[in-house]
Amino acid sequence: MLKQYETVVIFSPLLSEDELKTAITGYTKWLKKNKAELVHQENWGLKQLAYPIANKHSGYYFVMEYKATNEVVGTLEVELVRDNEKVLRFLTVLLDKYALKYNDDKRAGLVGKTKRSASTRKVESVANETVEPKATNS
Amino acid sequence: MAIDKKKDIKFLSNPNLGRNRKKYCRFKKTGIKYIDYKDPDFLLKFVNEQGKILPRRITGNSLKFQRKVSQAVKRARHIALLPYLADGLK
Repeated sequence: MLKQYETVVIFSPLLSEDELKTAITGYTKWLKKNKAELVHQENWGLKQLAYPIANKHSGYYFVMEYKATNEVVGTLEVELVRDNEKVLRFLTVLLDKYALKYNDDKRAGLVGKTKRSASTRKVESVANETVEPKATNS
Repeated sequence: MAIDKKKDIKFLSNPNLGRNRKKYCRFKKTGIKYIDYKDPDFLLKFVNEQGKILPRRITGNSLKFQRKVSQAVKRARHIALLPYLADGLK
């Protein structure tokens, strides 16, 4: 059973751009090799950390969203722990249906407007309902 | 007549001032279903100056969404988007 997960990885700021790229492609390729379906990936770039991790005050944020089995996620986390020279921290989250919808909306550029889109959808559905009986009457 | 008399009464201060407004859950009201842990600016609303999660009696969240808020804040802390301890966050 494939479930959709999201992993945020914080890479060390000491990496060069090439090293960062190879690390990222390494993980995405690793996922593909393990029959995980990569849905989305996002690079936030160098960001200030809210508190120092391993005496570092900034890090490269990378987010990937993928469909995989739980075994794959477990082994991915083991890989991330082993790679502790490059990876400062990571977090894997299982996405529920609301999270999936939110992420889709975010990619469609509806960030912060999910509420509005929901209300417009309601209006549309109401409009359709009102139109349909008229059509059946005529 | 009675209504007219009431209108004529003059108060020294606004009588509605002391009454506190009814609290409500903003997630239920606006229909937000998912709280993004990757959005620290939004989560800052549910955290005090020291970075502690605000209680339900202040934010007015329903229990369901208070749980989700606290989960999101804790995730944001783990990936260093929010501090575990802070001084003068706002």
